[in-house]
Amino acid sequence: MAKPVPRESLVPGVDAGLARRLLGEMLLIRRFEEKAAEAYTLGKIGGFLHLYIGEEAVAVGATSVLRPDDFAISAYREHGHCLAKGADPRRMMAELYGRRDGLSKGKGGSMHLFDRSVNFLGGHAIVGSHLPVAAGVGFAIKYQGGDQVVVCYFGDGAVPQGEFHESMNLVALWKLPVVYLCENNRYAMGTSTERALAQTEIWKFGQTYGIPSERVDGMDVLAVREAVGRAVARARAASTPALIEADTYRFRGHSMRDPAGAVYRTREEVEREKQRDPIVLFRARVLAAGLLAEDDVRAIEKDVSDRIDEAVAFADASPEPPAEWLFTDIYTDISTEA
Amino acid sequence: MAVLTYREALNLALREEMRRDPRVFVIGEEVGLYEGAYKVTQGLLKEFGAQRVVDTPIAESGFTGVGIGAAMVGLRPVVEMMTFNFALVAVDQIVNTAAKIHYMSGGQYRVPLVIRGPGGPAAQLGAQHSQSMESYFYHVPGLKVVRPTTPMDAKGLLKAAIRDDNPVIFIESETLYNVKGEVPEDPEFLIPLGRAIVRREGTDVTLVAYMGMMYRAMEVAEELAPEGISIELVDPRTLRPMDAETIIGSVRKTHRAVVVEAGAGFAGMGSEIASFITERAFDDLDAPVERVTGANAPMPYARNLERLKTPSKEKIAAAVRRVCGTNGG
Repeated sequence: MAKPVPRESLVPGVDAGLARRLLGEMLLIRRFEEKAAEAYTLGKIGGFLHLYIGEEAVAVGATSVLRPDDFAISAYREHGHCLAKGADPRRMMAELYGRRDGLSKGKGGSMHLFDRSVNFLGGHAIVGSHLPVAAGVGFAIKYQGGDQVVVCYFGDGAVPQGEFHESMNLVALWKLPVVYLCENNRYAMGTSTERALAQTEIWKFGQTYGIPSERVDGMDVLAVREAVGRAVARARAASTPALIEADTYRFRGHSMRDPAGAVYRTREEVEREKQRDPIVLFRARVLAAGLLAEDDVRAIEKDVSDRIDEAVAFADASPEPPAEWLFTDIYTDISTEA
Repeated sequence: MAVLTYREALNLALREEMRRDPRVFVIGEEVGLYEGAYKVTQGLLKEFGAQRVVDTPIAESGFTGVGIGAAMVGLRPVVEMMTFNFALVAVDQIVNTAAKIHYMSGGQYRVPLVIRGPGGPAAQLGAQHSQSMESYFYHVPGLKVVRPTTPMDAKGLLKAAIRDDNPVIFIESETLYNVKGEVPEDPEFLIPLGRAIVRREGTDVTLVAYMGMMYRAMEVAEELAPEGISIELVDPRTLRPMDAETIIGSVRKTHRAVVVEAGAGFAGMGSEIASFITERAFDDLDAPVERVTGANAPMPYARNLERLKTPSKEKIAAAVRRVCGTNGG
C-alpha cells in the first residue's frame, strides 16, 4: 500500500521526527501520571499527588522550543514539566515513592521535583512563590550576559497572588528573559476563575505591564509550540519577557484526594473537555497528515509503556533513604544540627 | 586596625566582597541612588554601577525571590531589607523557598544569599519598625542567623556571610550604626559563622547578650565589679548555628548564667539558651538560669514606655545579683 502524501496544512512545519517526539513525550507524561495514580492507590506514593493529565500539550509544546541550557521552573503540578525538560522518569518515580534514588534523594516528593542536570529548577508548592524566583533566574542570565531563557509555568490560581503582579512588574521593568506560561485549567483547586479573578482573560494582565502577551489553545501542542517559540525567540534575542495564557483543562481532580473533581464542575463539562484531549487530537492529526502510520504510533506507545514500567520497577527496587539523611542537605556545610 | 563606625564597617565589607567577586551584587529598596535608607550602601552605585547595585520598587517578596533565583543559578546576592520588619512581607520566600531549596532538591541547588538590614529596638519608631526579628528566623532549619554587635564583627561576619553557600539572615541595628570600633583592614579578615566570643572574662556569672544588650551588659559588668561580682560576657554573634560549646564552657567555669535579649521573652532566644544550659550543664549550675528579656508587648511609641519595653541596666544587674545570691545583701 502506498504511503499517503503528507497533508502539510494539518501539521505545518512538522516532520516525522518532531511528530514522533511530541507525541512520545505527551504519552510519556500521560502514562507516568496514570502509573503514579495507580501507585498512589496502592499506598506506594503518599502525601499530595497532583496529576497533569489533560495538560500535556503545554509542557511538551513549550519545552520543544527550548535549548538544554534554558531553564524551567514550575509549581506543584510539575511532573509533566520535569519529564518534558528531560528528567529521567525512573528517578522521578523513585522520588514520588520517597526512595533514595529519587531526584531529591526522596526528600522532595511529588511537589518538589528538581533536576539540576536538565536545568529544572523545581516544583514549588506555595502558590505564586516561584514567579519571583523565575525573575531572579532571568536576572542572573542577563547579569552574566547569557542568552538562555526561563520558562515559568504556573496555574490560574497564582494570578490573584501578589507575587504574580510583582513579578510581571519586575521582569517588565528590568527587561528579563522570562516567559511566564499560565496553564489556565479554569480551577484553582475548586475555585473557578470566574470566582477568583476580576479579569478572567489572564493574558491581559501582561498588557497592563507592557509585556507581549497572548492566549493560546493549550490543548494544541503545535499552537503552544508556536506561541512559546515566538516568546522564547524574543527573550533570547532582546531579553523581552512574555506572558502566555494556555487554555487547558485537567481531566482529573485537583489531587488524588479530589479524584472526581465533581463538586465544583459538572460531569458534562469534564466529558466535553475530554473531547479536546491533546494526545488524541495530535495523534489524529499526524495520522491524517500521513506523518506517522498506525504502526509508528503503536511503536511509540510500546516504547513509552516500557519506559514507565521500568520507572516503576526502578522505584520499587530503590531502598528508603538512610536515617542519617534526615540531617544532610539542610546546610551545605553543617551535616548535623547543633 | 582602623577605627570605623559600624555603618562604615558594613560598607567596607560590601565593597571588599564586591571587588573580590563579580558574582556579588546588592539589591533592595533605595540601595543605589539614595545610597541606602541608613547609608550602609553609600558610594556603591558610583563604584559598581547599576547592574550590581540594584534599586527595586517596594516589593519585598518579589525582590527577595529575585535574589533566591539568582543565587540558585550562580550569583551571590545581598538583599537589603530597609528594616528587617519589612522582611515579614517576604517571609514566605525566606522560609518556604530560600531555606528549603537545598533540602528539597536533595542538595542539587544552593542558595548563597544574604538578607541584611537593621532590626530591634530603635528610637521611637513604634510597633512596626522596632521588632527584634531574629526569633522569626532562627526557628527555621536551613537559615543561618547573624547578629553582629561590634564594628569588627559587622565587617568580619558580613564578609563570611557573603562567602557562605547558605541563606544567611544578617540583622543589624539602627542604634549601633554610629558606634565606633577597631576594624582590621585586611580584606581577608573573616569571622566564621557559628562562633561565639567571650568579650570579658569573669569568674562568678556568665552573661549572654548581643547587640545593644551586650553594650548594656558591658556597663553592668563594670558597675558590679566593685561589688566583687566578676561577670563573664559571652556574645553568641551567630544565633543559628549557635555556638553552645562556648556558652556551656563558660557556665561550667562560672556556675551561673543570665541571658539578656531585647526581644519579647516568650519563646525567645533566652528560652533556647537557658534550655540548653539546663540540659547540658545542670550539674554545674549553682543557681537557676535567669532571663532578662524585652517585655511581652509590642514596641510602644511613647519614650517612657519604650524604655520600659527593653531590658534596662538595672534589671540586668538585679538578675546578676539574684543568681549570685547577693540580692539584698
